[in-house]
Amino acid sequence: MNKHKPTNRMLITGNEACGEGAVKAGCRFYAGYPITPQNELTAYMSKRMDEVGGVFIQAESELAAINMVFGASVAGARAMTTSSSPGISLKQEGISYLSGCELPAVIVNIMRGGPGLGNIAPSQSDYFQATKGGGHGDYRIVVFAPASCQEMMDFTSHAFDIADRYRNPVMILGDGMLGQMMEPIAVDGAGETKDNARHTKKWALTGCKGRKPNIIRSLLLKEGELEKLNIKLQKKFGEMKKNEVKYETYKTEDADVVIVAYGISSRISRAAADRLRKEKIKTGLFRPISLWPFPYRALKSLDKGKTKFLTVEMSAGQMVEDVRLAVQDDKRIQFYGRLGGAVPTEEEITEKIVNMAK
Amino acid sequence: MGRIKIYSDKCKGCALCITVCPNKLITMSKKLNKRGVHYAEFSDKKKCTGCAMCAIICPDACIEVYK
Amino acid sequence: MEKIVFKKPESLREITTHYCAGCGHGIIHRLVCEVVDELGVRENVVAVAPVGCAVIAYDYWDFDVTEAAHGRTPAVATGIKRVLPDRLVFTYQGDGDLAAIGTSEIIHAANRGENISVIFVNNGVYGMTGGQMAPTTVLGQRTATTRKGRDSGRDGFPLKISEMIAVLEGARYIERTSVSSPKEILKTKRAIKRAFEIQIHNEGFSMVEILSMCPTYWGLAPLEASKRIEAQMVKAYPLGILKQ
Repeated sequence: MNKHKPTNRMLITGNEACGEGAVKAGCRFYAGYPITPQNELTAYMSKRMDEVGGVFIQAESELAAINMVFGASVAGARAMTTSSSPGISLKQEGISYLSGCELPAVIVNIMRGGPGLGNIAPSQSDYFQATKGGGHGDYRIVVFAPASCQEMMDFTSHAFDIADRYRNPVMILGDGMLGQMMEPIAVDGAGETKDNARHTKKWALTGCKGRKPNIIRSLLLKEGELEKLNIKLQKKFGEMKKNEVKYETYKTEDADVVIVAYGISSRISRAAADRLRKEKIKTGLFRPISLWPFPYRALKSLDKGKTKFLTVEMSAGQMVEDVRLAVQDDKRIQFYGRLGGAVPTEEEITEKIVNMAK
Repeated sequence: MGRIKIYSDKCKGCALCITVCPNKLITMSKKLNKRGVHYAEFSDKKKCTGCAMCAIICPDACIEVYK
Repeated sequence: MEKIVFKKPESLREITTHYCAGCGHGIIHRLVCEVVDELGVRENVVAVAPVGCAVIAYDYWDFDVTEAAHGRTPAVATGIKRVLPDRLVFTYQGDGDLAAIGTSEIIHAANRGENISVIFVNNGVYGMTGGQMAPTTVLGQRTATTRKGRDSGRDGFPLKISEMIAVLEGARYIERTSVSSPKEILKTKRAIKRAFEIQIHNEGFSMVEILSMCPTYWGLAPLEASKRIEAQMVKAYPLGILKQ
């Protein structure tokens, strides 16, 4: 994610910044369904798609929306759908089909409290669903976790490149706070970039003029055919693991305690780390940006043998399992989380670490 | 005058063509084709008018019609 | 001088289909290809196959085809058509795909007046999975899940989806035909051609419901199955133009 030299700035919500990121990446097809806390994103796309000559459809359900994105992607367009937790559950079948058919698409989850209808407060309790696969079959998707309105825009734009590069869906995992909060962001002057990836997609279904017909499907009944596809997909996922890991470290060089947190939790944790530093407890922050592929090696490299790790999430503890996999020493790993859409405070995190450091 | 050509190895023996031929010119063979079924056989060239009823109803596009 | 008056259409591939002997799908696949050839649009077609017996229609059609998740065919076609408005986009769906799991998608695609065509094959059972009841199974009809015959008390009534769609303003052309005899088959071909022409002229949503036979799961020989269409199915699903 390139650091912009700000030519102009916008005061914008995370939801709308995400939409703008898609437009900037040449996304010209959006299908969505209203759900709090991401309604503004859908509304924003209804405005912007008309402005840039793209397609906006308010679908009859989140499930229909992901399948419209499937169709648009089959036809070679950069396409996106966005929703929040319950709506993302409805899209899981579609995401599995997109991966199985090797189709690019961007799916945005502005998480809210769950399970069930839950509430409309921010949450991070869809981590497993996003990173371990909520749909059926051996598929993986790259998942980026923004922590600011700027990243909501930049990561969404970047997601389209990753989706096209690997012909696989990519997810942006935000939360209700990120979606609703407003921050100034830098918008480089370039106008709407055209969808320049479109003509490179020889596999797309555009009518078989001048070529043999293309078929895009994931039903493979003949002996060994599906296994062959899965082996091909696994190689692709291996490439993603090699090339697409992203993370950020903050004051971890001399840290005795490392907080591991992403999204909004990482911003709160960063403030807690500064506060603890004043109380002479050397605390740092490790922020995974790609939740899949998870930055295991980078996290492990911060372990100086006695380093303590506190995972902070707005959930009952999901990413903490990946932290355990990375560090491989449970007794030095602790978890602090708030449930049901409650947001952890700086004080709670600070107090937790003061007790840990004893 | 008409004539039909039946690709007997593609025939699945559904016999729909037999029932629609106005002049009853198609019968099921005694022999079996590669698929192991009795297939449709065109028996009498003289009375065929080339109406193509048989070809229209054939679910497996086994019949070509000439006039 | 002898000339050929009937042969396999170009866009229908040479291979023998997997369909059972006497299954209506084979006829309808051919009719679609005849219309595609006659309209000269083979290189312009993007079709969407359903989940059901016709899922591997792409093995038989020589043009671009994709496959949708069960019931989501109209949504996939919507995405394709909106991105490629000048291509001929059609779905080919069975009664389970369209009238059971995909009811929401078909109603809303029609209601949005999507400029797509829908070939809806109604044979009153789930063929691919072994002959279970479909939404369009008629009362009293025995299937794998209605052993003693469909009973409205337990299983509800035969779903008249085309009539439901015909009242939608977005629906431009809805016709119900059958493939029970050469006469009806030619009417079906005319209806498919009409539907494709409506799409080509950007006039909105078109659908042809085609009563078709499933000898295997009706437990009838092909000839009796095609007779049953006229004797039983047409009573629940009257033929004719429902909307134009």
